[in-house]
Amino acid sequence: MAVRNGQSPILHVENLVTRFYTPEGVVHAVNGVSFDIAEGETLGVVGESGCGKSVTMLSVLQLIQRPPGKIESGEALFHDKDLLGMSSEEIRHVRGGQISMIFQDPMTSLNPVLTIEKQVAEPLILHIGMTKQQARERVVELLELVGIPEAEKRLQDYPHQFSGGMRQRAMIAMALSCNPQILIADEPTTALDVTIQAQIVDLVKRLRDEFSMSIVWITHDLGVVARIAQRVIVMYAGYIIEEAPVKELYANPTHPYTIGLLQSLPRLDAKEGRRLAAIQGRPPMLYEKPMICPFAPRCINAFDRCWNENPPLINLDGMHKAACWWDIKEEKARNV
Amino acid sequence: MSENGVLLQVDNLVKHFPVLRGVFQRQVGAVHAVDGITFDIHKGETFGLVGESGCGKSTAGRTILQLYRPTSGKVYFDGVDLTAVKGEALRQMRRRMQMIFQDPYASLNPRMTVSEIISEPLHVHGATKPDKVRERVNELLQIVRLSPDFAPRYPHEFSGGQRQRIGVARALALNPEFIVCDEPISALDVSIQAQVINLLQELQEQFGLTYLFIAHDLSMVRHISSRVAVMYLGVIVELSTVNNLYTDPLHPYTQALLSAVPVPDPVVEEQRHRIILEGDVPSPVNPPSGCRFRTRCPLAAEICKIEQPAWREVLSEHWVACHMVKTGQEPRL
Repeated sequence: MAVRNGQSPILHVENLVTRFYTPEGVVHAVNGVSFDIAEGETLGVVGESGCGKSVTMLSVLQLIQRPPGKIESGEALFHDKDLLGMSSEEIRHVRGGQISMIFQDPMTSLNPVLTIEKQVAEPLILHIGMTKQQARERVVELLELVGIPEAEKRLQDYPHQFSGGMRQRAMIAMALSCNPQILIADEPTTALDVTIQAQIVDLVKRLRDEFSMSIVWITHDLGVVARIAQRVIVMYAGYIIEEAPVKELYANPTHPYTIGLLQSLPRLDAKEGRRLAAIQGRPPMLYEKPMICPFAPRCINAFDRCWNENPPLINLDGMHKAACWWDIKEEKARNV
Repeated sequence: MSENGVLLQVDNLVKHFPVLRGVFQRQVGAVHAVDGITFDIHKGETFGLVGESGCGKSTAGRTILQLYRPTSGKVYFDGVDLTAVKGEALRQMRRRMQMIFQDPYASLNPRMTVSEIISEPLHVHGATKPDKVRERVNELLQIVRLSPDFAPRYPHEFSGGQRQRIGVARALALNPEFIVCDEPISALDVSIQAQVINLLQELQEQFGLTYLFIAHDLSMVRHISSRVAVMYLGVIVELSTVNNLYTDPLHPYTQALLSAVPVPDPVVEEQRHRIILEGDVPSPVNPPSGCRFRTRCPLAAEICKIEQPAWREVLSEHWVACHMVKTGQEPRL
C-alpha cells in the first residue's frame, strides 16, 4: 500500500475491474484501476464520457446496477475494510454516512415529491438516529452552512421550487449531514452556469477545510480541476493513464492524451488566436479488452511497441506516473 | 448597407412569449426572452453571443432567422427587412441563412439516412437537379471530412462529433452566406470539440461564411470570434472586439463572468482574483426594474433601480449599458 507524507491513505483501491454484460456485448468499462486517497486530500479524476471515471467511483460504493454491471475483481480498502466485499447492509452504513456522493444533475437525484426537509433529514434519522425535531434543527443549520438564504422558510419547499444552484447546495447539505470522511462529487457543476459553478466550487473548498474531508472530484473540465484538486488522475478507455500532483500535471503533462487534451482547449488567458490542436479520431468502443495501448490509434508518437503491448502505469520522478512507452522528454522509447 | 460590410443588422429586437393560464388560456404575463437588442454583424466575421442559460441568446438566434417571429424590432439581412417578408419571399431568403444546432442527437431525424438528411434542403428548395443530388451529397460529406460511404447509413451509427459534421453538411447544402451556430459544441467531448471548431473555421475561410456563434463557453467564444456581445436576462450589457472585451471588460457582469471561468492552469488559478456573484438570475417573466443586473451587482446604486441604463459607445467600438461606467476608465471590481 502506498504511503505518502507518513500518512496511510483513507481509501485504497487496488486493481478494480468492472464490466457490463449488455445484449450488444461485454463492455470493459474499468480495466484494473488502482489509486489511493489521503486524508483531507482533494483528488481530481479527469476524462471524457465513457472513460470509466464515474463507473470507478460507483463501483467502489457498490452503486453500479447489477446486472448488467459486474465488479470482476479488485478491492477497495476503507479503514482496512474491503468495501467491495461488504454485504448490502454493511455498505449502506458506509454510504451516506462515512462516504457520501453528490451527482451531476440535482433535479434527477433529488426526489421531486419529498420536501427539502424530508430529504436532508433522512440520513440524519437513518444513520445517526436523530429524532425528527433534532433533525429539523440540524437541517436548518446545514442549509445555512451551504448558503441557502432564509433556510427555515424553505424547509417545506419541493425541489422544483429551487434553482439549479440551490438544488446542488441542498444536495451538498444532504451529503454533509453525517460528517462524511470522503465526499465523492460526480460532475457536480457540469449542469450549472459558470457564475453558479464558481459559487459551488468555492463552497466545497470552504467546507473541505471546515470538515477536513477528503474529496474525489470527477469531471471532464480541466479548468475546474486546476481550481480545486491537489492531485489528479487522468483516465482513458477504463485505465488510469496519468497521475500527478496538480501543478506537476499541468506543467509537465507526459501522456500524449493529457497533452492533447490540454492543447485542444482554448484558454481565456490565451495570447492570440491559434488553431486548436485537436486530437484526431475518437475514444475506442470498449467491447474488447484492449491488448495494445488504447490510445495508440490516436497517438502521434505511437511506435511498434504501442501496437503490441498495453503499457502499465509507470513510475516517473516523484509522484508522477504515466502509462506510455514513449519518453516524451527524452524523445525516445522508455527503457522498461 | 453592404458597402460598409454589414451583412446583418439587428435593431431593437424584442421577443416575448405569452404566459397563458386557465381554461380560456388568458394571457397573464410574458417571458421577456429578448428585450431590445441591437447589433450589426459584418460580412465574413464571427460574432459571438455569450450568456448563461436563460439569458435569451438562443431565442435571439432563432428570432433573427425568423424561426420565431419577433414581437417588435427589425432584422435587416443584406438590406432586406426580414420581419416584413413572408411566404415565398422569406423562403428564398432562408436559402442564404442556415443554422447548426446544439444537440446532434436531437437535430437529426433518426429515420432518415445521412443522404436524405443532407439532401432535404436541396429538394425543398429545388436547388439541385435530381440526378445531381447524389453527387452534391458526396461532395458535402467530403467538405465536412466524412467518407461518402456514410451516405446510406443512419444517424445512430455515428458518434456525436460525426453527427455534428452531418448537421454542418446539411447547413452548407444551399451555399448559405450566414450560419447561426447555436451552441454547436457544448454536447461534445473535449477532444472532439476542437475538431468541430477547426472545421468551422476552415469552412469559413473556404466559403467566406459569416457566423453568429452562440455559446456559454467564454474561452471558446474568445477563440473563434472577432466581436462579442454579452447577454444578461434578455438584453445585451456589453459589446466590443474580442480583445477589448476580454482584456478590459467594463460591465460588472462581464467582469464577474470572466473571473468565474476556470483557466486550465493551477498556477494561474491560485493567483486569480475572482468575483463571486451572489444569488441566481431573476425570472424573465418579472425582470427587475431599471438595470436587469442590479439585483446581483456589487456596484448597484439607487439610480440602477429607477432607470434602465442607456446603451452607449463608451470607448471606440466598445458599447456598454451600465450607470456606473462613465468614461471607461473607472476602477474595476
